[in-house]
Amino acid sequence: MTTKEVTIQTEPFVVNIGPAHPSTHGVFRMRTTLDGEVIVNMEPIFGYLHRGIEKLAEERTYGGCIPLTDRLDYLASMSNNMAYCLAVEKLAGIPVPLRAEYIRVIMAELQRIASHLIAVGAFLNDCGAFMTPIVYMIREREKILDLFDMVCGQRLTYNYMRVGGVSQDLPAEFIPALRKFLKEMPGWINEYDRLLKQNEILLARAKGVGILPRELAINISASGPVLRASGVEWDLRRADPYSIYDRFEFDIPTGSAGDCYDRYRVRVEEMRQSLRILEQALKGLPEGEVRSEVPHLIRPPVGEAYGHIEAPRGELGFYLVSDGSIAPYRFHVRAPTLINLTALNDMMKGWKVADLILIFGSIDICLAEVDR
Amino acid sequence: MAMQMLPPDWPGNFWAHWGIFTVIILVFILVSVLMFIWFERRAMAVMQARLGPNRAGPFGLFQSAADALKVMIKEDIVPARADKVIHWLAPVVAFVPVMMVFAVVPFQGGALLADLNIGILYIVAISSVTTLGIFMAGWASNNKYSLLGAMRQVASVVSYEIPVVLSLVGVILLTGSLSLQQIVQAQEIPFILVQPLGFLLFFTGALAEINRAPFDLTEADSELVAGYFIEYSGMKFGLFFLAEYAEALVVSALVTTLFLGGWRGPLLPDWLWFLVKVGAVFFVIVWIRTTVPRVRIDQLMALAWKFLFPLALINLLVTAVEILVWPDVSLWLLVPINFAVMIVLVLLWSKLFKLGWGRVNV
Repeated sequence: MTTKEVTIQTEPFVVNIGPAHPSTHGVFRMRTTLDGEVIVNMEPIFGYLHRGIEKLAEERTYGGCIPLTDRLDYLASMSNNMAYCLAVEKLAGIPVPLRAEYIRVIMAELQRIASHLIAVGAFLNDCGAFMTPIVYMIREREKILDLFDMVCGQRLTYNYMRVGGVSQDLPAEFIPALRKFLKEMPGWINEYDRLLKQNEILLARAKGVGILPRELAINISASGPVLRASGVEWDLRRADPYSIYDRFEFDIPTGSAGDCYDRYRVRVEEMRQSLRILEQALKGLPEGEVRSEVPHLIRPPVGEAYGHIEAPRGELGFYLVSDGSIAPYRFHVRAPTLINLTALNDMMKGWKVADLILIFGSIDICLAEVDR
Repeated sequence: MAMQMLPPDWPGNFWAHWGIFTVIILVFILVSVLMFIWFERRAMAVMQARLGPNRAGPFGLFQSAADALKVMIKEDIVPARADKVIHWLAPVVAFVPVMMVFAVVPFQGGALLADLNIGILYIVAISSVTTLGIFMAGWASNNKYSLLGAMRQVASVVSYEIPVVLSLVGVILLTGSLSLQQIVQAQEIPFILVQPLGFLLFFTGALAEINRAPFDLTEADSELVAGYFIEYSGMKFGLFFLAEYAEALVVSALVTTLFLGGWRGPLLPDWLWFLVKVGAVFFVIVWIRTTVPRVRIDQLMALAWKFLFPLALINLLVTAVEILVWPDVSLWLLVPINFAVMIVLVLLWSKLFKLGWGRVNV
């Protein structure tokens, strides 16, 4: 009896994941080449949410650009406000009152917690933990949004900070509400950890998956939790202290492996550190003005300035060029998520479709910031 | 032994019996699926700090009925390049076997359509046909997501059928019968105590076979959006949805019948005990869904072949030896032994093996 060799002919096929897909966190599109379930190649295609914000800003006054920055990373509008205001203040040499600096720090750290809550919740949702983690975390995010609502009447695009300070002082009910939040929040974070930190399935899914090596992370100039999870202790709040961050004591949580699990853990630990900063800021909050005297139309001297902060998703920078007029000549945003995304293909190759969603979720992007 | 179609204490002739029970099963499945959908949504909402459906009727009880009505009057869209015949046939092939399984499930003593003496074999054989419908749907839709989902379904059913069936053999050994009616009658104590490992294996494997979390890879809403029924709408989608929940109902009913003592229980009437137990098992399924993340396809396979399969074999061996050595021993004596065996084995296996994680070089 003769046996006949039979080879099954297979070929990779292309699947478009996105732009309309529940797990692409917006309208990102991944043109994925699959060999069965294994990813052979992934080509990111973005720009579906391009609104030309950088060009729009060149037609506006310096103060009028602030609402535009809200619409960059809409999950961290306060941080965007802050980074832009820092850049303009640097460009025009405008001082900021101490109380305003403290308020800015409080807002930025609250925003970091709110943003990380969404990031972690969405990541766990991508893992397939059906809705539970994200609904829990949105519950806590609501409390932060309530706080923001008190200070500026908005819940998503705050437009709260101004060049030279913030738009208005904290209302009377804000401080007690913040204290209450600071008291409750550590318990909630512990609860999330109890529920999922050591979950066997989560460990199997996320540990060792989507590794971003230290060297690669540095070479692509990744920043934020993505970089720190790869074991690089780089945080602008420590490396280049802006505002008044040199006054606060906090640790920089880092990972070691650079996998999805580390990125998830780094974000959770950062929430704890943010709470520490918030407590110190609340203790040191001075009385006084919240806004320095700034002309209605700012005309910075001819020159350029780069203001950057440690936004929840990484180094958010605004590069402004002034030609002496009332509008910026050039308005460039260094969006952390766009740069973090460049490692996507390297992290994904060889993993499976399910991991693709997970790795993509662990980078935590906001498409409005990627596309601008 | 001749196939005994009529329970001896059931009045009336064969056709009356057949007609009555067909109607009962149809109504039971439809009503309980609607109730299950409502129950799942409410229970999940409570666990997730939300409200859930609460508008239609008292406690939102009529929400599923309203949804069912909506699904029926929706437009039926068939993709332009779909395989029309198979696309049409697939929901039927997926749904009918689930209904057929209930023919042998006793609601109470003697209350069942057919007391087959090959009951379990019949269930195992018939319930696998659903997979065929799912694969037909995935293939005929001409959609890559559907195809991926359908492939996952076939792979998982092929793997999980083995440990599931093997874990049932322990129960069959204990009772010496394949008839569900006789299995319930043999349960002086619920077999979950006598066959704890078998229960664990069966429940885990069954969850994988019916695509419930954490093994819901076939649908995987965060990866494949909806998996095999992504291209279905209207009542065809409704049938898939119905089949899915009816499968959960089947598993709950089987766990109840085989491991929880079926309709037996004190005080309450028999049929009520059956319903209560089915509801309790379904609640556990919902609970698991809200709690754990989803596994990956290779981990799903690893779980079937590295964990469940060897454990099912060992469980079968242990049970067989016990019955061979002490044929007339009281079931109570087996409880501590089997629990000890289960704990040792599960601990051992979870130390020895890890769920695989692997990157493929491309």
